[in-house]
Amino acid sequence: MVFAVVAYLAVTSAPGWPRVQTTFFSWSAAVDAFPEILKGLWLNLQVLLIGGMLILLFGLLVAMLRTLRGPALAPLRILATAYVDLFRGMPLIIVLYLVGFGVPALRLQGVPTSSFVLGTAAIVLVYSAYVAEVFRAGIESVHPSQRAAARSLGLTYRQTMRIVVLPQALRTVTPALLNDFVALQKDVGLISVLGAIDAVRAAQIIVGQTFNFTPYVVAGLLFVLLAVPSARLADAVTARARRRQQSGSLL
Amino acid sequence: MSVLELRGVVKAFGANVVLRGVDLAVEEHRVVALIGGSGSGKSTLLRCASLLETVDDGEVFLDGEDITDPRVDADRVRRRMGVVFQAYNLFPHLSVLDNVTLAPTVVHGRSRAVAREEAHALLARIGLTDKAGEFPDRLSGGQQQRVAIVRALAVHPRVLLLDEITSALDPELVGEVLSVVREVAAQGMTIVMATHEMGFARQVADTVAFLDGGVLLESGPPEQVLGQPQHPRTRQFLSRVVDAGRLS
Repeated sequence: MVFAVVAYLAVTSAPGWPRVQTTFFSWSAAVDAFPEILKGLWLNLQVLLIGGMLILLFGLLVAMLRTLRGPALAPLRILATAYVDLFRGMPLIIVLYLVGFGVPALRLQGVPTSSFVLGTAAIVLVYSAYVAEVFRAGIESVHPSQRAAARSLGLTYRQTMRIVVLPQALRTVTPALLNDFVALQKDVGLISVLGAIDAVRAAQIIVGQTFNFTPYVVAGLLFVLLAVPSARLADAVTARARRRQQSGSLL
Repeated sequence: MSVLELRGVVKAFGANVVLRGVDLAVEEHRVVALIGGSGSGKSTLLRCASLLETVDDGEVFLDGEDITDPRVDADRVRRRMGVVFQAYNLFPHLSVLDNVTLAPTVVHGRSRAVAREEAHALLARIGLTDKAGEFPDRLSGGQQQRVAIVRALAVHPRVLLLDEITSALDPELVGEVLSVVREVAAQGMTIVMATHEMGFARQVADTVAFLDGGVLLESGPPEQVLGQPQHPRTRQFLSRVVDAGRLS
């Protein structure tokens, strides 16, 4: 709090502040840019929702492959591990360039070239690797005795996963997943590097026309507004999980 | 024909050989108590019999069928057996009722209504009708273990395998679990149980089998094995148990 006041005073008393104020915090520029940026944000939201669902599905699939047991399934396990290592290690922006500019350059028939589709694909590739690890931790946190109990009742591997392991795993990892979702909310703004007219790109275009940076601030604040509800939701879910654990509900 | 039969079962975990060729036959409606110190292989024997572990050598027969044959569908075999574990292993995210009806509906394809009706009847038998809607963590250890027994019974198993089911319980809760087992045995269920409760084994078991270092050293009627043990290792084990005050 004290720090905030000091920072505020330091910034507003800086010699360059009047200039910064007009180029970054101009009310009229913000009002002018707002409709276009909001329209761009709609694209981000679409990437977020569609991408988010694909990430959950794909991440879960990779996690299941990674937790398979038995020597016969080793190739699948190794493949899944290699995928996770690759896409967790590679910066998102590079994956965006590779997918967004590399795939269209192949000129393959039937492969989409829209920056919206390719940008979403790149984000899904990277985030699925993270989410797969979250799911894997959750699956492994379910005690092996739970599988033994399920299998002893005659449930198949699939039934055991679906009815016994995954519901318990999901409950454990929900806070971590929501945290990743918050991170995803701002990373969807990176599809602008492919030329998709999202909130960031829309802001950039207006900045280029007016030489005023306020649209960036507007876009940034809109992303923050988007993130706040999920951040609070993540807090609430984490608190609930902690209460549950302290009451000793898990074996 | 035996309901369950083990022939020369060998099981090792890495260099640690836990079972060194065990033969055991369990006749229908009979109760076999496996006794022996910790690490003697009792649990491993039950896990091999229930196909939760694969045997390294030897065979296990269920109703005459070699269930250790790799061509056998293990999932179909496990449906015909009931297992109760030391740590109950109820599913914490499912209600007591759902724990009991899970296998009957999902594995055996019974209708929900039928499975529920039967589950309620089973819960009534163990006096837990009012807990049907509760989650397992709201129950005491003894209550959880009674539910686990009922869950295993709900699939109408050919044989019930009990793996030290009272070892994790507070002493005052042991009785209520054993009385359920006694009742189930009286109704003719074929049972194999690993246990440290010698008094209970004496009362309920038809056969007591003493396992030591992965070898079945001695087996016979309880009065013989517990009363006049032939093998020095059996005598040694039982005298330690008496010292611990567990042989009534």
